[in-house]
Amino acid sequence: MTDMILQEGAVEAPTNAWRAKALASFKLGDSVFRLLAQIAAATVLLLLGGIIISLIIGAWPAISTYGFDFLTTQRWAPNARPNPVLGGLGPIYGTLISSVIALLIAVPVGLGISIFLTELCPQWLRRPVGVAVELLAGIPSIIYGMWGFFVLGPMLADSIEPAIVDAVENIPVLNVIFAGPASNLSLFNASLVLAIMILPFVTAIARDVFNTVPPVLKEAAYGLGCTTWEVVRRVVIPYTRVGVIGGVMLALGRALGETMAVTFVIGNSFRITGSIFGPGTTISAAIASEFAESRDLHQSALILLGLLLFVLTFFVLAAARLMLMRLERKQGV
Amino acid sequence: MNPFYARRRRTSSIAMALCLGATIFGLAWLTLILFTLFWNGFAGLTVAMFTEMTPPPNAQGGGLLNAIVGSLILTVLGIGVGAPIGLLAGTYMAEYGRFSKITSVIRFINDILLSAPSIIIGLFVYGAVVVPMGGFSGLAGALALAVIALPVVVRTTEDMLLLVPTQLREAAVALGMPQSYMIRKITWRAARVGLVTGLLLAVARVSGETAPLLFTALSNQFWSVDLTKTMANLPVTINNFINNPDPNWKRLAWAGALLITLAVLSLNIVARSLSGGRNPK
Repeated sequence: MTDMILQEGAVEAPTNAWRAKALASFKLGDSVFRLLAQIAAATVLLLLGGIIISLIIGAWPAISTYGFDFLTTQRWAPNARPNPVLGGLGPIYGTLISSVIALLIAVPVGLGISIFLTELCPQWLRRPVGVAVELLAGIPSIIYGMWGFFVLGPMLADSIEPAIVDAVENIPVLNVIFAGPASNLSLFNASLVLAIMILPFVTAIARDVFNTVPPVLKEAAYGLGCTTWEVVRRVVIPYTRVGVIGGVMLALGRALGETMAVTFVIGNSFRITGSIFGPGTTISAAIASEFAESRDLHQSALILLGLLLFVLTFFVLAAARLMLMRLERKQGV
Repeated sequence: MNPFYARRRRTSSIAMALCLGATIFGLAWLTLILFTLFWNGFAGLTVAMFTEMTPPPNAQGGGLLNAIVGSLILTVLGIGVGAPIGLLAGTYMAEYGRFSKITSVIRFINDILLSAPSIIIGLFVYGAVVVPMGGFSGLAGALALAVIALPVVVRTTEDMLLLVPTQLREAAVALGMPQSYMIRKITWRAARVGLVTGLLLAVARVSGETAPLLFTALSNQFWSVDLTKTMANLPVTINNFINNPDPNWKRLAWAGALLITLAVLSLNIVARSLSGGRNPK
């Protein structure tokens, strides 16, 4: 009996040492891993801060030179003597106008497609069409820009745009907005390319949002004798309104910052003509086409434009996320 | 049938016809784009494209070899930097700080980074890397791509880890497993397919990005694998070729665009079939 106890004790001592060592290494590995994860998480936060700070530093010369006049000046003359005259009104105007036109086209069409997908489409067709739409949302934007430049631009300039210009020639207001001559490079062409590009995006979000409507609600409405349209109009859309608006804002955020789909087709003109068939520019197109060759104040002004774009998209995207989060919470309850 | 009901039926039919019309209209544009892309792209898809360098303007022949290799290097490096950080950050959010306030802040910021304009990322990397290094470089381009890939990986990692049942974690911890081992051996393994999906989506997202490379990696007409110099890459090469009337360049631009699209589409399809097979929603 005593022997056994002695033997057990003899075996126990090295085991304890081994255990202690293993535990210590576990502990070390554990805290190292935890620290790494924390650092990585902090990186995400620092990245946003870094982006904002680096843009402000880069834009500072332009901010201190032009101040608020930058927002109201249209002239963009980086080579003017003695000092360059740089105003951001043209690209800011172009960014807002092209995004708004793109949304005016893409949102109704996108909502139409997602209503079709959730209410009308035969079951066997739903998945293929849905998958096709999602895949198209992943196609790089340079492909859309290239297509707009080689195919869509010439097509519009030869056929539809001259017809519209002629049709509204004598109607006041419209003959300014749709003033000719139509060209391959115009605000409208850029907006249309943008619209086609964000269409799959709008559709995918709207479809997901529409799918959150509990079937019971729709069945109840059908049971009361509602037509399909009335179900959509009175049940689906009111129930998902916040989510739809969030999705539209998300699409707006994408349209505002889109570069490659726009740069080739917009014409890069800083002058505001008032006609949507005239050339224009957007913030991102201006940066893409001029930044690599710019210096000093010119470069700083381009970074300032980038900062304005970032602030603008930040608020749009933040609003969009908050709205989509509200819908999710509703779904969770 | 009473006239009121007939009118409601009519309104409904008209509205639904409009929805059908919208679907046809939308899909027609998108089909047209793909059709043009394939039509023009296949003409340029030759063996020479994969074996020869980008030609000078107004020359005959040539290929995209240096641009293809450059793009591969930039993508691998960008993902190599962005994905591990994203994986760890997503792990922190799902495992360590699941219920903490900071996690929702990170999630919010990450979602904003996810859809932030990619040209802004280019400006950021220009200010943070290109200016201090004294010139455009492949390294700067790779870092720009890493910044783009990071939020994609963070998002999918967190989503996928949250799908892992808590009981698995509890069982591992009850057996005395330290938390970090539990994460690596149990939750990562359980969510493996989802994590790979996220990685593929990040590669797909990164491989078509043009704007952030315009003034970080710039481009290079010649063969170069030196990370401190400008580096050729497909998107910027296409961008430069489009801006020139040379028909040979135009042909190569279409072929390159087709190549990128095929790569992105197949990555997306693989990612989709992976996640579709394992965790049906």
